[in-house]
Amino acid sequence: MDQFIIEKIKQVKKGDQSAFADVVSFYQDKIYQHCLRMLGNAHEAEDMAQEAFIRAYVNIHSFDDRRKFSTWLYRIATNLTIDRIRKRKPDYYLDAEIRGTEGLDMYSQLASEERLPGEQVESLELQRYIHHEISQLPVKYRSIIMLRYLEEFSLQEISDILDIPLGTVKTRIHRGREALRKRLRHV
Amino acid sequence: MKCNKESVELMHKYLDGDLCKEEEIQLRTHLETCEACQHHFHELKRTITLIKSAEHFAAPNDFTQKVMDRLPTEKKRVTYKRWFKTHPVLTAAAIFFVLMMTGMFASWSEDGQLVVSKQEELVIQGDTVIVPEGVTVPGDVLVKNGKLLIKGTIDGNVTLVNGKLISDDETLNGDGLMASAGGVNGELETVDQMFEWMWYQLKSFFSGVFSF
Repeated sequence: MDQFIIEKIKQVKKGDQSAFADVVSFYQDKIYQHCLRMLGNAHEAEDMAQEAFIRAYVNIHSFDDRRKFSTWLYRIATNLTIDRIRKRKPDYYLDAEIRGTEGLDMYSQLASEERLPGEQVESLELQRYIHHEISQLPVKYRSIIMLRYLEEFSLQEISDILDIPLGTVKTRIHRGREALRKRLRHV
Repeated sequence: MKCNKESVELMHKYLDGDLCKEEEIQLRTHLETCEACQHHFHELKRTITLIKSAEHFAAPNDFTQKVMDRLPTEKKRVTYKRWFKTHPVLTAAAIFFVLMMTGMFASWSEDGQLVVSKQEELVIQGDTVIVPEGVTVPGDVLVKNGKLLIKGTIDGNVTLVNGKLISDDETLNGDGLMASAGGVNGELETVDQMFEWMWYQLKSFFSGVFSF
């Protein structure tokens, strides 16, 4: 699959815009999900994920072929979301948490498209709860926990994506794990 | 509770795959005896499993299309740049051509300046270059922006640019110039027009190249 992407990137670099569509559809779920977990808001997440792909396209010539494309793409997406969180003004979103509830937003009132209802309802509740608990972590721990356990990057790759030293990644992942352990111990 | 802090550190190293053999044994033997640490370790591992089972999300259906619609159309400049990159030989030829043209125009427009090739035998009077009687000038002669009067002999080609060949008895003997006024042992060429000048430059350039 890597070879497929490398080939597509080459075509994009040569000016074939349509080859980029394959790159987008290959990574769209991962990047969208990453943005959603970082931002906790579907609308913003879609915006930022689109922006990430557009930036990747515009700057494709600065991408070094010898490196991993996914690392580069995640780096763009992560930087965008972190910027967004910093600039964030207090605002109301459909998917903001409903006051007085835990982990419930307006979207949780809508049907989810991907999982079947019925017997899976309970496990879906749990998954949603875990997602919520992760989203409550401070950004610097959350991003690393997500990249490590949900997107399965190595610590070295995370250090590249976030542009921070490996040692810092390790310290933060320890703290992130401890924080989540306390939050999830009663599950 | 010092054991706790130390062994928790080891647990995290274990989870990152950073544990060496020695430390692994140390952690294992400690876990066998310490229930609190065992519990902690179990919770950590369980946390990771739980994290991995967090809800998954898929991008909206029309996501790719939306991105493609928002991509900037390629700028002309970019297209040119890429073309230059992919056709280096043509680019080099184009640059060479432009430089040569500007060089030509520059040397053409050095107007009014009398330019003569460097033979000592040539005598210059005002804007007239004279080959004195009985003198043989070796090599090719170039006269630019001036008149040339040949009384002696030139042992080579003569090129007149933007100039005129005159003779003493021009009025008397207009066309018998070569015969009456000394001789030119080579070609005589007069260049008056820009186009001819270019042609001359090209010719001399290529004859220069091929003489190597």
